[in-house]
Amino acid sequence: MFRFIFGRLAVLIPTFLGVSIIAFSFIRLLPGDPVMLMSGERVMSPERHTQIMHQLGLDRPIYIQYFDYLTGLLTGDFGSSIVTKRPVLDDFLQLFPATLELAFCAIIFAVLLGIPAGVFAAVKRGTWLDQSIMGVALIGYSMPIFWWGLLLIIFFSGYLGWTPVSGRISFMYFFPQVTGFMLIDSLISGQAGAFKSAVTYLILPTTVLATIPLAVIARQTRSAMLEVLGEDYVRTARAKGLSPFRVIGVHALRNAMIPVITTIGLQVGVLLAGAILTESIFSWPGIGKWMVDSVFKRDYAVVQGGLMLIAGVIMIVNLVVDLLYGWINPRIRH
Amino acid sequence: MSIVQNTAETKTGGTPPSGLSEFWYYFSRNKGAVIGLFVFLFILFMAIFAPLVAPHSPSIQNRDLLLMPPVFQQGGSWGHILGTDAVGRDILSRIIYGARFSLFIGLVVVTLSVVSGVLIGLVAGYFRGKVDTFIMRIMDIILAFPSLLLALVLVAVLGPGLVNAMIAISLVNQPHFVRLTRAAVMTEKSKDYVVGSKVAGAGTLRLMFLTILPNCLAPLIVQATLAFSAAILDAAALGFLGMGAQPPTPEWGTMLAEAREFIQRAWWVVTFPGLAILITVLAINLMGDGLRDALDPKLKRS
Repeated sequence: MFRFIFGRLAVLIPTFLGVSIIAFSFIRLLPGDPVMLMSGERVMSPERHTQIMHQLGLDRPIYIQYFDYLTGLLTGDFGSSIVTKRPVLDDFLQLFPATLELAFCAIIFAVLLGIPAGVFAAVKRGTWLDQSIMGVALIGYSMPIFWWGLLLIIFFSGYLGWTPVSGRISFMYFFPQVTGFMLIDSLISGQAGAFKSAVTYLILPTTVLATIPLAVIARQTRSAMLEVLGEDYVRTARAKGLSPFRVIGVHALRNAMIPVITTIGLQVGVLLAGAILTESIFSWPGIGKWMVDSVFKRDYAVVQGGLMLIAGVIMIVNLVVDLLYGWINPRIRH
Repeated sequence: MSIVQNTAETKTGGTPPSGLSEFWYYFSRNKGAVIGLFVFLFILFMAIFAPLVAPHSPSIQNRDLLLMPPVFQQGGSWGHILGTDAVGRDILSRIIYGARFSLFIGLVVVTLSVVSGVLIGLVAGYFRGKVDTFIMRIMDIILAFPSLLLALVLVAVLGPGLVNAMIAISLVNQPHFVRLTRAAVMTEKSKDYVVGSKVAGAGTLRLMFLTILPNCLAPLIVQATLAFSAAILDAAALGFLGMGAQPPTPEWGTMLAEAREFIQRAWWVVTFPGLAILITVLAINLMGDGLRDALDPKLKRS
């Protein structure tokens, strides 16, 4: 197991270096140089330009600059915003819980609905139930989620007036952000109605973000279940006279879960990509909206730092999924 | 003698079915796939003959008919079946012209990512060793970013626009083809027929392209279909975020971005372009499912 963990970590190092090279070269690939980007609309004399270039060390050889950038990353320096001058890491840490809360609710929603739907479809294979579940899953899988979000807003927020359109909680509630997770903070605050408000703000974004993972998980569960249901040990379990519930729930589902868990792990990237669109539609103050806003504000220092941090999160999650997978299924380790 | 010949005839069932008819046999058993194919052909027809099919020009603004509702709602008319947008352009015509952009984007992205992905994957899977490790590490790096974020940032570097969006989407799509080709090549390479033709003196290029590659095509065709629909979705998403096709191009995602501020007043300007995206992507995904049934030998039941 230690060799397995070590091997995975060794693969991670070149990926980390590569990601840092991409983030490092990103700013340098843009038209103009970093000083011109920072000065923005203001006009700058060539002397002042050279002086700032020298101050920031941008006139040194490129590999020394990269080495500096890399040591900065390792000490937690991801640069500072050109617009607000705040360190990128601070902004990231402040906004990340919002994205995490949304993504977490979405994946829970997708798993709780997707796995039973896939199991039902597999057990009732070929019936109208199977066909309608798979039909809905394929529609979900093909859904342009930014449009889906707008439709839900038109219907539930506009027509029915049930849910708010944007934000994380009603302006009526003020309480300290202890954990950064609105659902937990609203409970801690003890204010009447705060938790309910947070939930109503969360419902639509969660639904939109969960749509594609839900469809993928349902499809994957169905095909994994179909494979397992044909196995001899399932027939044996049936022949022993076990109840259908026990055969499906214990003997079949447990063995069908391994590919499903991999699929769930792979959804992390999908969730973060989806968060870019979902957060933009619902003005959800997370890292997805932050990145889109920064691209539009031309705050390229934030984009650079954000790229690095988001890729870092994905690499760590993939590593954890890999390790978990190796732990569950020892055959993978070799 | 003739009797013996006859039995031999019935046993083999005449000439073996051609690859195409065998393919169609499995494909047509999947009703969804056939429906998807017909819908796709319909959209393709609309796209090619847009100037003949569309009732109006996609760019002419009719200042007297701003935000006119569709025909089945109070205030609508047959002149503009799906209504008009905020500057009085016919929505149906814009959607028909928009099909051109979406299908074109899908085609270009799939071509770019398949050609580059297959070449790189073939090299990695065939030569293995250091070349393989190097290529796969680079693919890992691309896959470490959420695809839409990387595409967004690439477009920010290259400048917003349809061509740059297509380049960016091709780049983020390509690692899937590299991985798939590499895996398929690695399985095929050790098989007897490849060893056989190597012994018979086939050169490296011949082995790569004529012996191994044709036998790796089935999963690639299925993946290409999925990439086609993913490209349409990604391009629409970039358009929606304002980084893809720029207004007044009648691209579906860009149309949605322009329509966004009217969602409370005029539901039709938002609903129909998105519906067009959904139907197109759904049709292609249905075909992809059918292709997988027809091409994946593991799933064939006979």
